Amino acid sequence: MSETTENPIREAISGAIAEHEAILFMKGTPEAPACGFSARTVAALDALGKPYAAVDVLPDPRIRQELSALSNWPTIPQLFVGGELVGGCDIVTEMYETGELAQVLGVEAPSDAPAEAPVAAEPGAPPLQIDNKLA
Amino acid sequence: MPSAEELRERIEAAIPDARVDVTDLTGGGDHFRAKVVAPEFSAMSRIEQHRRVYSVFGAEIGGPIHALSLETRAE
Repeated sequence: MSETTENPIREAISGAIAEHEAILFMKGTPEAPACGFSARTVAALDALGKPYAAVDVLPDPRIRQELSALSNWPTIPQLFVGGELVGGCDIVTEMYETGELAQVLGVEAPSDAPAEAPVAAEPGAPPLQIDNKLA
Repeated sequence: MPSAEELRERIEAAIPDARVDVTDLTGGGDHFRAKVVAPEFSAMSRIEQHRRVYSVFGAEIGGPIHALSLETRAE
């Protein structure tokens, strides 16, 4: 293979970040988050009613590898707004509570949005683990 | 398997004058929460503060340390 310098996955990731004003890389989907931290981040974004793109990193481990190499951020989820990394679950929920998240997203927090970041799942809950007992 | 105490010592050793509190969230030795207060954070954004703490553990984050939830402050 002569095209070793090409990195289609990394290019696809940076393309998606550039293309979407708000994009969340997460485990699972906004409808069915596969990790408590992703769930909590989704809940904060949803409470502000701002549309965002979402990418599930679980189907291919290379997505996570390339994303972390690109963003210099080791964990998932990762929220990007306007092409810039805003942060992971901790920063997003902290910014939700201070009002900075609505500011960064350019929205007014809805009047019924809770003051504290909504808890969709117990933070830090271990991911579902399925033991393959057939192996 | 790392312990909360070990994580605390490593952060304190790496970041000068840091005040560190680490909790093992599940008791399983892989999901932790750390509160870190350090003078050097005053010159850093929140993202940079978190990167600084993550950098203490390198590739262990996402590996043996499945999750490290952070709260960082300057002061």
